[in-house]
Amino acid sequence: MMNTSALILMITVQVTVIILTAYFFRRVVKTPPREEPDSYADNDDEPR
Amino acid sequence: MTKGLSNDSWGSRVGLILAMAGNAVGLGNFLRFPVQAVENGGGAFIIPYLICFLVMGIPLLWIEWSAGRLGGKSGNHSTPFILDSMDRRKFWKYIGVFGIFTNVAVASYYCYIESWTMAYVFHSISNTFGGMNQGEVANFFSDYVDINQSTTGIPYEAVFFYIFCLLLNTFILSRGLKGVEKAAKIGMPLLIGFGVILAIRGLTLGTTGATAAHPEGNAFEGLNFLWTPQFDSLTNPKVWLAAAGQIFFTLSVGMGTVQCYASYVRSKDDIALNAVSAGFMNEFVEVVLGSLIVIPIAAGYLGVDWLKENAGFGMAFQTMPYLFQQWGPTLSIFAGVMWFGLLFFAGITSSLAMGTPWMGFMRDEFGMNQNKGAWSFGAIVLALGLPTVIFFQQGVFDEYDYWAGTVSLVVFALAETILFAWIFGMEKGWKEINDGGDIAVPGIYKYIIKWVTPLLLIFVFVGSLITPKDNDWVGALQNGWELDNSSIIKQITNTGLKEQIIQATDPAQIAALEEKMFYVSLARMILLTAFIGISFLVFLAYKRRKAEGKIT
Repeated sequence: MMNTSALILMITVQVTVIILTAYFFRRVVKTPPREEPDSYADNDDEPR
Repeated sequence: MTKGLSNDSWGSRVGLILAMAGNAVGLGNFLRFPVQAVENGGGAFIIPYLICFLVMGIPLLWIEWSAGRLGGKSGNHSTPFILDSMDRRKFWKYIGVFGIFTNVAVASYYCYIESWTMAYVFHSISNTFGGMNQGEVANFFSDYVDINQSTTGIPYEAVFFYIFCLLLNTFILSRGLKGVEKAAKIGMPLLIGFGVILAIRGLTLGTTGATAAHPEGNAFEGLNFLWTPQFDSLTNPKVWLAAAGQIFFTLSVGMGTVQCYASYVRSKDDIALNAVSAGFMNEFVEVVLGSLIVIPIAAGYLGVDWLKENAGFGMAFQTMPYLFQQWGPTLSIFAGVMWFGLLFFAGITSSLAMGTPWMGFMRDEFGMNQNKGAWSFGAIVLALGLPTVIFFQQGVFDEYDYWAGTVSLVVFALAETILFAWIFGMEKGWKEINDGGDIAVPGIYKYIIKWVTPLLLIFVFVGSLITPKDNDWVGALQNGWELDNSSIIKQITNTGLKEQIIQATDPAQIAALEEKMFYVSLARMILLTAFIGISFLVFLAYKRRKAEGKIT
């Protein structure tokens, strides 16, 4: 088995990185797009 | 609408972030990071590593994203004229040449590594490694990079796969940003999916990989080796230098690709959140997935002592196919496809990014459409890259990696940070970072970008320039500074090679070393010619702009 200090550090770091990655990506996805014209072409025809 | 956006733009915000994360995620996430960690204090390495991410990595991402978006406002999509738009002094555009040169030069040998992963996917599917012992798998790689040998029957196999890989890159690039974005949208989820499966295997392997030949096999010992904190290493400058260097290379900063991608973002759209999101996505792949594959799997089958002796980049091709064989004939094929597929996607999303600054420059300055831009990029990369393929064993590849893939990045990042924080000015710079922001950037970063980031970059540059013997910083400070042969100064003068020639007694070995010296010089001449050539193009572009009245 892994030793306690290695396990604590690994879990702390990895869980923190996973949470922050998910948090920032979620904010990107959830933020409504700006008024047209914006930087992204796929949503050009979507109603605002 | 700017000139660039009228011709090309990102399809979606998620696509841009995946492309930017794909640009950052490379083979180093899976191979360089764990090796750096085990060589620099195991779990303690992660502390300076994360600090450097917060005070150097994230700030550099903000600097490059905002500089790119700023340049895009004036229709500039490559660093020569992005930097030029930030200060009136003429020399900045020539500093900006690094942001094209580095990409062209790095792509030329990076596509070669990428072609190895492609070839190894092919060999995994055809079960080439079935029944091979550890030594035979290692020798297979040596045979593969020897262009006079063929492992498939295809003549000049290494050259064939290289050209095929380059053609694939060029074709995708010829589809413009849409092609790059599509590749990232396919490649990144597959990469993460493959990575998660292999990481679960690494995490759960435990002692089941121990064999009669290697009874010491224990994946937990590998994880202990990687994650047990050795806090005494925190006071060693070598560890901090390694951590700063790893953050620097993993985020693909100092290359000019981030600026190019961001130059297609409008000023009212966010860059602050985009930069952090792409940066953390890279950290997820590196810290979570990168730490749970190679190290535990290698330790699980071969033991942690073997790992300490052999940890390095070569493990990906010389060891992993053998270890996958231990999973049985069917699973080994799947594992091989996932591992080399993962490395392939990591590679191609980065090499595609390297094509975009050249294409942006040629379109902005010489009106070249994306098709011609892509194929001209492919042709230049082929011309620069063939020597790395044909003379791989003579050291041309390593020379490109050192000067274009290491030194140039640090020099350029240092220059752009000084330009952004001190010449363009932190007040204007801060406004650029926050304009349109979907997150509030903490105010402390204003001071970090102005003081901490440049100082850390100076530390990385000076540390590389005058690396002390055996990387023993404490000893050098106490007993006098003797340069290591890996320092930039000793590299320029080929001190290590000259010492080897003096010490060699076998005439054949002396001849081989002298031949290597020749090829090292040849590689430097090629790189220098490329840099001067791109500088000349920038000069021509400047003259054209002046003639057209765009510059006074």
